[in-house]
Amino acid sequence: MRKFWLFFVLAVVSTAVSGFVFAGQENALLSGGAVSKWKGDACVEATPVMRREHMDFLLKQRDETMRQGIRNGPYSLKGCIECHAQEDEQGQEIPVNASGQFCQECHQYVAVSIDCFQCHVATSEPRK
Amino acid sequence: MSDNLTSVKQSKLTVSSNNVDRRGFLSSVSAIAAVTVAPGVALVGFAEARSVDKEPVTDARRWGMLIDSSRCVRGCDACVSACGKENGLASYSRPQTDVQWVRKVTVRDTRTRRITSLPVMCQHCQDPPCVDVCPTGASFRRTDGIVLVDRHICIGCRYCMMACPYKARSFAHESANNQKSHAPRGKGTVEACTFCVHRVDENSDRTPACVEACAAQGHGAMVFGDLNDPNSQLSKDLDKYSSTELRGDMGLNPGVRYRNI
Repeated sequence: MRKFWLFFVLAVVSTAVSGFVFAGQENALLSGGAVSKWKGDACVEATPVMRREHMDFLLKQRDETMRQGIRNGPYSLKGCIECHAQEDEQGQEIPVNASGQFCQECHQYVAVSIDCFQCHVATSEPRK
Repeated sequence: MSDNLTSVKQSKLTVSSNNVDRRGFLSSVSAIAAVTVAPGVALVGFAEARSVDKEPVTDARRWGMLIDSSRCVRGCDACVSACGKENGLASYSRPQTDVQWVRKVTVRDTRTRRITSLPVMCQHCQDPPCVDVCPTGASFRRTDGIVLVDRHICIGCRYCMMACPYKARSFAHESANNQKSHAPRGKGTVEACTFCVHRVDENSDRTPACVEACAAQGHGAMVFGDLNDPNSQLSKDLDKYSSTELRGDMGLNPGVRYRNI
């Protein structure tokens, strides 16, 4: 019986914590301008899939592009930036890794430092 | 083939589902195999024009270049500036540390006093010493002959720079900004000429920026193409004219060759 209560308490606590974390994520995402105004309103995968696996998609495509020359795949960093970079009032593009922008908002929340933009440019090429 | 398929289908229909005999099972399996193999056979025919979206590069191609130093004009640096512009290379007027993917080299024969000017970049060797010495596997040669640096795993040890007999590689000493999206680059890694791989992958008829700039200047000293394709301009020129490789004594079989040195 004691064991049952232990499990019960654990279950209640974990539900509460996950709910809290999820709510936090929602906040982080809702204010981040996740929807592109350039290319439709859907990402290359469903949002839950992208949240969990975007890094794996990026890594796989990066190696295929660099080592095998397979280009124009759906999961490019360039693609992320083309959709998710926002503009300020002057029409200047804001880098996606600037504070409060699409990439940075979530990564800041989960305390992940992203190195992509030490080398990759964080804005898209001039749009035509 | 279609007759065979229908007969298989019919024989399948006559056999009750819970009593498939051995012969019926085997013939249906072979029919399925034939259908799945057929598209593969068709693929072989189209392998010439690689789909950049799906198919990896193969050793059917080997990219190379022929540089005619008699047509290369002293004092002209169109290729160098085109390279810098294409790949977003910044110059800080510090020749010791500025990156150089292509350099103009002037050589003088001490006996005849003939002066020759030529561009030297990564020679995209068949057996690249930079790849041999790289401790992390960051230096690699693509199967189509382009030698690149995987800067995701480059630790900036610069061993490749010492191994390269052409002084072709540069270390990025400065933080990069305003990179091109097709040419990411950053501080602390080694980089070199990529034969403008982003252009070449996009369309095999496109040439690197330096070749394009040289042609635009009217000099036409550089010819880029596929060494394995006997009908390419490069192969025809190599057939017609005598050419030499730099440091041929090292037996590296570079993809870049020179005329009239």
